[in-house]
Amino acid sequence: MPAYIARRLIQTALILLGISLVTFILLYLVPADPARQIAGRSATAATVENIREQLGLNLPFHEQYLRYLGGLLNGDLGRSYLQKTEVSTLIASRLPASLILMAGAIFCELLLGLTMGVIAALKRGSRTDDALMIASFVGVSAPQFVIGILLLYVFAVKLGWFPIGGYGTFAHLVLPSITLGFLGAGWYSRMMRSSLIDVLRQDYIRTARATGAGRGKILFGHALPNAILPIIAMIGIDIGLFMSGIVVVESVFGWPGIGQLAWQAIQRVDIPIIMGVTLVSACAIVLGNLLADLITPLIDPRIKLR
Amino acid sequence: MSSARAMEQDQATGRLAVTGLTVQVATPAGARTVVDGLSFTLEGGKTLCIAGESGSGKSMTALSLMQLLPKPMARVSAGTAMLAGRDILALPEAAMRAVRGRSIGMIFQEPMTSLNPVLTVGRQLGGAISAHGGLSDAAIRARALELLDQVQIPEPARRLKQYPHELSGGMRQRVVIAMALAQNPQILIADEPTTALDVTVQAQILALIRKLQADLGLSVILITHDMGVVAEMADDVLVMQHGQMVEHSPAGVIFSKPRHPYTRELLAAVPRLGEMAGTTAPKRAGESADAAKPTHAEPLVAVKDLTVRFDIKGGILQRPMQRVHAVEGVSFDIMPGETLSLVGESGCGKSTTGKALLNLIPWQGQISVGGRATHGLGARAMRPVLRDVQMIFQDPYASLDPRMRVGELVAEPLQIHGLASGSELADRVAYLFDRVGLSTDQMRRYPHEFSGGQRQRICIARALSLSPRLIVADESVAALDVSIQAQVLDLLQDIQNETGMSYLFISHDMAVVEQISHRVAVMYMGRFVEMGSRTQIFENPQHDYTRKLMAAVPVADPARPRRAFMEKAEDLPSPVHALDYTPPRHAPRDIGGGHLVWEAR
Repeated sequence: MPAYIARRLIQTALILLGISLVTFILLYLVPADPARQIAGRSATAATVENIREQLGLNLPFHEQYLRYLGGLLNGDLGRSYLQKTEVSTLIASRLPASLILMAGAIFCELLLGLTMGVIAALKRGSRTDDALMIASFVGVSAPQFVIGILLLYVFAVKLGWFPIGGYGTFAHLVLPSITLGFLGAGWYSRMMRSSLIDVLRQDYIRTARATGAGRGKILFGHALPNAILPIIAMIGIDIGLFMSGIVVVESVFGWPGIGQLAWQAIQRVDIPIIMGVTLVSACAIVLGNLLADLITPLIDPRIKLR
Repeated sequence: MSSARAMEQDQATGRLAVTGLTVQVATPAGARTVVDGLSFTLEGGKTLCIAGESGSGKSMTALSLMQLLPKPMARVSAGTAMLAGRDILALPEAAMRAVRGRSIGMIFQEPMTSLNPVLTVGRQLGGAISAHGGLSDAAIRARALELLDQVQIPEPARRLKQYPHELSGGMRQRVVIAMALAQNPQILIADEPTTALDVTVQAQILALIRKLQADLGLSVILITHDMGVVAEMADDVLVMQHGQMVEHSPAGVIFSKPRHPYTRELLAAVPRLGEMAGTTAPKRAGESADAAKPTHAEPLVAVKDLTVRFDIKGGILQRPMQRVHAVEGVSFDIMPGETLSLVGESGCGKSTTGKALLNLIPWQGQISVGGRATHGLGARAMRPVLRDVQMIFQDPYASLDPRMRVGELVAEPLQIHGLASGSELADRVAYLFDRVGLSTDQMRRYPHEFSGGQRQRICIARALSLSPRLIVADESVAALDVSIQAQVLDLLQDIQNETGMSYLFISHDMAVVEQISHRVAVMYMGRFVEMGSRTQIFENPQHDYTRKLMAAVPVADPARPRRAFMEKAEDLPSPVHALDYTPPRHAPRDIGGGHLVWEAR
């Protein structure tokens, strides 16, 4: 197990190196000029050139990348061009909000998705099943900004149950979490349904029934631990989906997380921030998957990590 | 006697009276009756065997008695089953739950899948013990240990903490039996309990069921397709065909004076160990085959010191940590027109040996096919060799691509090797279909439209398409009913008589091996323990393991004394070793006439 984790962490480092290189190349090729952005429209060519030199943007590509990499190894993500602050400070101040939002979203999608999936599987072929699967289809296909605005309109504007936007209390968290988790809930309900239907057909369920075990024992004691296994692997992948989702959801709800930070940085070609957010997101995705892989053997004894 | 007294007696003696049991299955074409008006009485303390081939409705009968039919596809449409004065077919689910486990326990065919993979043995056994609640943890544990001891599992305390995948098939089936007996039922229904197990393990499990029956006074319904198992176990026998009872008699009568033609057919199809005594050629070998066989020809296949090891990798750099010794230093020749059988139990390396002949796995040693050394050949260089060696696999359901028409499946090898195209290809495929006894107008159908036996014929046609000189038949008849099995064996034999084909016949079934082989090699733990002609092995077995294998085969003769109970089960030793492990080299001893015996030291 320690060897497995060590191997995965080395892989993670290599993945991050690759991602940083690809992102850097893409940003280098973008036709926007950061120096011009910083200087403003009215600045003279000399000022722009001066800024370019200060930031090292006049250097050849490989030198720029190596400089960045060197900083990275010292834990330095660079300074924001426009906000004149360390990128690490900016991300550190924004990350907790995003993590809270993601935790809320994971909770919502699991609660909604698994419940819907289990009910649909148990009532397979019934009207309830049909209705739940239509709902899950809506969840999978509806764009997040539409869901977010609808939820805002109904629960914040019309009913006034929740604040319209902002950050701070539990009430602020509810609508953004549901919006972000809605897509996943749709997926999970479908996966849970088919996984549970499959598990309920297995021989060991019949064995348990032959001993006279009741429905509850069979569902919670025998079926669910098996049916949940493919879902756990999915949660790791989900963190990646969230990373793209939070950019939209944080804008809709005015949530001060790294999604908003990224959105503003992209608009202003603030390369250090874009790089920083990309690397943090990549880290989250890789670690999320690692976490899922570490949890699976706790439930499934057949899987041994070597 | 009052009716209440009668009820009590039924309860105590485990008497079950089934009348007019009818089970229907919903199909797209409407309801199909799979069990038709079945009536029988299970007497207390007796064993009733329900025998029949697949699709005869025997498993449906068992499931319906437990109300475990797969709903909503299958349902009991008529009939009663009286247990202790109650019709258990009419009980509502809640009342039926109390019958399951408490009055009737059930064990199933597939020990590999009948236990929950994510729960420990202790949890599952505990669940069965306390299915109806009301027991303390200490009481559950004590009972679990007692049950594991009863089913003869060594080290019961350690087993409770293990997961199903850590146990062998035989051990798992013992756990399932312990679960079925957890609440002291009077009736045990066993649905093909030993079909998926090796013969030596089968013998242990059957003996265990007999012992438990004697100790606990159980009534047993044993469902099986194997007439040998019937002879070993039954007091009464009920033979089913197409959902109907064709014969119901005491065991002695069924075997000595079978009344119904189907029973006679079933008994005739059963290969019996020892029936070939005194002959040297396979059962249906042509008259000329023996004479025509050149005795001093070059071997078609020569295998020397074949060794197959698999590394188990791990650690930060994924370096090998341990090694599985699947095959260790196996040598043999196969002559043109000869059938060599590899026989042994699961995990002994017989399939691995077969795969090595086709370079399907990496191996060490020397193999030559038709004079060509095949070690290290790449896919392209292997092609001409593969024209000489083809393989037929065990599971005819899984070895045909469900999305291809069967004609295309048979034509594919010819196309891959560029041997035929256009009308020539069509003619060749039609010839092959005809050869294996299928009609040519079935060529455009898909695999799922065929029965198991027909599919195996398609696999044989595909293997024959390249006109190979050797076919590796890996458990090719193991999944088939006895009557179908006999037909497929006949087909293989006819092909050999006609074309001089050689076979490497891989099987766990000693009786089948006896019928088809010229020579036999017995494998154990990746090595040969004995090799010789059919006669030498079957009439003069020298190695303990060969004898043990043969003694374990159930014999279809109820008059033969039933084997005494065996000592506690032991698992096979593990083939996984540390990297620095050097397996000892064993040299065979020739005890005359090419009869080789490897003694274990």
